[in-house]
Amino acid sequence: MSTSTTDTSPPREQFTGQVGFILSAIGSAVGLGNIWRFPGVAYENGGGAFLVPYVIALLTAGIPILFLDYALGHRFRGGPPTVFRRVRKWLESLGWFQVMICFVIAIYYAAIIGWALSFFVYSFTLKWGDDTAGFFTGDYLQLADTAGGSAWFTLDFVPAVLIPLVLVWVAAIAVLVAGIAKGIEKANVVFLPLLVVAFGVLVVRAIFLDGATDGLNALFTPDWSALGDMNVWIAAYGQIFFSLSIAFGIMITYSSYRKRRANLTSPGLVVAFSNSGFEMLAGIGVFSALGFLAHEQGVAVGDLEGITGPILSFVTFPAVVSQMPAGPLFGALFFGSLAMAGFTSLISILQVVAAGFQEKFGLTRRRAVLWIGIVAAVLSVVGFSTTTGLIALDTIDNWSNNVGIVASAVLMCVFLVWLLRTSPELRYHLNAVSTFSVGRWWYVCIGAIVPAVLAYMLISRIVDLVQNGYEGYDETYLLYAGWGTLVVLVVGSVVLTLPRWRRDPDDFVAWPTYPPVTASATTKEEAR
Amino acid sequence: MSGSAIMLMVLSLAVVWGGLLASILALRARPERADFPAGGTDDHREDEAIPERDT
Repeated sequence: MSTSTTDTSPPREQFTGQVGFILSAIGSAVGLGNIWRFPGVAYENGGGAFLVPYVIALLTAGIPILFLDYALGHRFRGGPPTVFRRVRKWLESLGWFQVMICFVIAIYYAAIIGWALSFFVYSFTLKWGDDTAGFFTGDYLQLADTAGGSAWFTLDFVPAVLIPLVLVWVAAIAVLVAGIAKGIEKANVVFLPLLVVAFGVLVVRAIFLDGATDGLNALFTPDWSALGDMNVWIAAYGQIFFSLSIAFGIMITYSSYRKRRANLTSPGLVVAFSNSGFEMLAGIGVFSALGFLAHEQGVAVGDLEGITGPILSFVTFPAVVSQMPAGPLFGALFFGSLAMAGFTSLISILQVVAAGFQEKFGLTRRRAVLWIGIVAAVLSVVGFSTTTGLIALDTIDNWSNNVGIVASAVLMCVFLVWLLRTSPELRYHLNAVSTFSVGRWWYVCIGAIVPAVLAYMLISRIVDLVQNGYEGYDETYLLYAGWGTLVVLVVGSVVLTLPRWRRDPDDFVAWPTYPPVTASATTKEEAR
Repeated sequence: MSGSAIMLMVLSLAVVWGGLLASILALRARPERADFPAGGTDDHREDEAIPERDT
């Protein structure tokens, strides 16, 4: 029986306004990838010359897909399943595919935030000692020795990893239960400025370390010949694409919580440039620190290992911190920043899942969040707080991102632009509510440039994975953990499409009506 | 730092942070449209039934 009819809160939640939305969207876009992925990618792909493909990718892929996500979420007002269902009934599965990607990513993403919290605490005593690599994989993660014959999947829990992970889940669930305005927006209003200040202090300090200029030299010295290399361009599009949190439902979901008469494109530009601005900051900070480390070790910056990914953060950076004056303080700033950047992204990823279930199964926000949060937390703890957690994380991350998200983006562009030809409607929507007008160039970007580049990335990645495997991991393991992830995404998206909607999602009229004045649209409006 | 590295660093920051500054100034100058198509008030109609399914 219905018991909660006394709920008087406004039915579709909303951000309190433009600033709250922008901060939340930036919080979502700025994540771990900005800090640990961008600097290394830029360095390895032409240094200063990388700026050229990077900016071109931002303008021709990042911002156009961001606008596409905004237009979809804002016009069709829902999480990805609701949105794609309202575009065309049979497209609902694509929405669930995006929800599934978010679910899978949330499960391992939380683990990394848990690591950052542990290292935040370890910073105060520099607990990692001199052998930071040995500390991370050995003392901390207690990584199973798979090369020495250990099993590829164990249930040997590591308490030091498990406890912070549980804390991360409790915090994330608490924020989501509180809702869009009182939870997500408030968390971002607090954490995002704190992140910028903490990271800013760290970067300024890093610039003045001995050897910092060598690091910056290595990062910014241009290698113009890189511009002729196709892989450099692919790397630039990949970096922009993965760092903006686009094409897997997050920005669709967030923009659905804006009021109808809300500016979309101008705030979108602020979000996109903020994300890149933070990446630049991270590039300067990370390479100043790497320059310092190389200086201390008496080697060239180019000879350093571990300049991207988890190894940069949890092996190389602790080594930098140990040698820095006032190391504990800057270690705390770094790992605190990492945790905050990750957390504001995690809650946005989880909101996609919560919104999808809430809308389809007619659940209250609290029920949806609790159910999804608890299931995800259990899976997260079982999969990633054990001695084989790092291997699982690395594998599932590779498949869900490089195959899952890229496929989602290609499908979205091909279906919407080529098959259903909805892009004029979406452009009309953007321009009807926004102050920055989107021109016809947008069609070229989302219809040709993005699908072409991403389809190439996707196919070459799949071929590479089939032929060469991944990281030398066991083939049977990759079959289950890697390709199995893909099977879970696809099966999940089909199964979740099947149940009936508790409330007809098609009983909906998009505003503003498109084409602006037509007989069919007016009749539909009158029929209500 | 070499001259070309300094130049590229300044250029990168100018382009990206300049873009950020320009987009913020543009948004401040015109935060919202003054004219919208008819309708578009938030009546929450499509969402009203959702909370009632909780048993």
